[in-house]
Amino acid sequence: MKLVAVSSCPTGIAHTYMAAEALEQAGKAAGHEVHVETQGAAGSTPLDPALIAAADGVIYAADLEVKDKQRFAGKPFVDVGVKKAVHDAPGVIAAAVAAVEAGVPAGAAAAPAAAPATKVDRDAGAGTKVRQWLMTGVSYMIPFVAAGGILIALSFMLAQVAWGGAEGAIEVTKVDAATVVAAFDPASLQDWSVVLLKTGQLAFGFLVPVLSGFIAYAIADRPGLVPGFLGGAAAGFVGAGFLGGLVTGFLAGGVALWISRWNVPKGVRGVMPVVVIPLLSSAVVGVVMLVLIGRPIAAAMDGLTSWLNGLSGTSAVLLGLLLGAMMGFDLGGPINKVAYTFAVTGLATEGLAADATQYRVMAAVMAAGMVAPLAMALATTVRKRLFTHAEQENGKAAWLLGASFISEGAIPFAAADPWRVIVSSVVGSAVTGALAMAFGSTLVAPHGGVWVLPLIGNPLGFVAAVVVGTLVSTALVVLLKSLAHDPVVAAERAAEEQRDATLVGQPA
Amino acid sequence: MSTTTPLITADLVAVDLAATDRTDVTRRLIDLLAAAGRVTDADGFAADVAAREAQMATGMPGGVGLPHARSEHVVVPSLAVGKLAQGVDWGAPDGPARLVFLIAAPASGDADHLQILAALARRLVHESFRTSLLEAPDAATVAAIVTREVVPS
Repeated sequence: MKLVAVSSCPTGIAHTYMAAEALEQAGKAAGHEVHVETQGAAGSTPLDPALIAAADGVIYAADLEVKDKQRFAGKPFVDVGVKKAVHDAPGVIAAAVAAVEAGVPAGAAAAPAAAPATKVDRDAGAGTKVRQWLMTGVSYMIPFVAAGGILIALSFMLAQVAWGGAEGAIEVTKVDAATVVAAFDPASLQDWSVVLLKTGQLAFGFLVPVLSGFIAYAIADRPGLVPGFLGGAAAGFVGAGFLGGLVTGFLAGGVALWISRWNVPKGVRGVMPVVVIPLLSSAVVGVVMLVLIGRPIAAAMDGLTSWLNGLSGTSAVLLGLLLGAMMGFDLGGPINKVAYTFAVTGLATEGLAADATQYRVMAAVMAAGMVAPLAMALATTVRKRLFTHAEQENGKAAWLLGASFISEGAIPFAAADPWRVIVSSVVGSAVTGALAMAFGSTLVAPHGGVWVLPLIGNPLGFVAAVVVGTLVSTALVVLLKSLAHDPVVAAERAAEEQRDATLVGQPA
Repeated sequence: MSTTTPLITADLVAVDLAATDRTDVTRRLIDLLAAAGRVTDADGFAADVAAREAQMATGMPGGVGLPHARSEHVVVPSLAVGKLAQGVDWGAPDGPARLVFLIAAPASGDADHLQILAALARRLVHESFRTSLLEAPDAATVAAIVTREVVPS
């Protein structure tokens, strides 16, 4: 078994190193590979990330707060304090091995918390844990959002050149990618933009599975991966969007964790992680998603659609408000999809006048769909301290994604902190939807964001609606996030402050 | 850089130290450091060590006491070793200490020195190291063993 450990003590010159040596020796004696990071006064060399990745479990023999603890997130661990490691290293190794075999983070119960200096994790409440699980899923999803979203935006830009005008951003979405791939012409800019679009869409296909899979991984470690990914894919299949993916992530993690705690005969234990846990947990998650959740979602979407159709006669501004709220609610999920489909279906109506309601609805829906990512981008720019580093980075990409009407750019924010982000997004998007209707902007294209601005009737009104909604949404999310301290963001900052203090206190 | 000053010399080793309790043993070792000019204020350093000891007893497995402190009264990183004629309780669960290592580190020690101390702490875990010190016949041998064995990794 491979273990990694962190040792530290108040003075940083004796226990830290004795614990490290004792753990390494005891590990060797018991046939395990143990690598220890000594966070002592002599400075600490961080463990090779490859070693951490390969490790089955983690030992915290630390009386000070563990630096950069998030490196070990999701691995089973024991938290024993430095003294126990010095005096009973073989016992600590045995406890760690047991925790790994149980497949769970056993920590908190294994030993009394030794240090008052520790601020997070050790006695993390349920709320903090849920946030840490969510953030694990989100942090793995963010690169997919950035890569996929920017590829799609690049495709739109290229398509404008390829087709010689704003229509390009629409034309590119109509081309069948399989046909282009079969007869790819390297000299054709149109072909290139189609391929970029398809690649971006494929990357987007992973958003929900990766989110779901890594939430489950954070909860149940490796046994959670298979049911988590599968649940995410099932959520995509039934059209449950990222909110469905959050559900499957927690469900898959819980089920996998539960099964991995079963007391099974020794003979079966070997095939548990490879066959039994993935098989049973996948079956449970798949059936629940497809049968129990999939059908109600489909029924709800049908109901919403006919309700919207019935509303067509009512006030345009009210309709814009509603559609906007729906666009901002689940960012590509079922409710968003109903609003978007409602708008796109309207475009197909024969013989529309240039200022037909259908065109105004399309403009309102697209404007509203741009608000959430733009608001998150703005919020991470003006109030960095309310967001994790990963979110700040994602915020930069969200500018481009929002401008390109790729609402998915806001999913990482919404998945990490659903209540605050969705409330802000819904309100801001509703404002934008209502304003776009009130200003009488029209749009004949189903997609494209700012790239199809030349095709928009009353573009100034359109832009004004987007800007106002974005400002409302930003103000709201900043307010809501300022009211409650996020434990994950706070922990990240505390770790940095501590590290900075050490750097200052120690002449090189 | 003062790496030329060895961590330990023969006059920092007390063989057959007869003392009755932790405070007494520690004090005798501090006096050795003060006499060698490595500690400027024996009382001040004693207070620093006592403060560290009060946080958590430094009795280690295998009959070792490891009082230590980083203190502004320390000139050079130093180690004083006492071999006790009779074991003294040092708060370790597995019995009294027969070997006591007093680590004196300057408040602003540079990394090289601290790494030597880290290496010493690591060696102390090994029984062979402790046994060789217990069996060493005189102060010079103890100092020689420590100097030879404690090499920063």
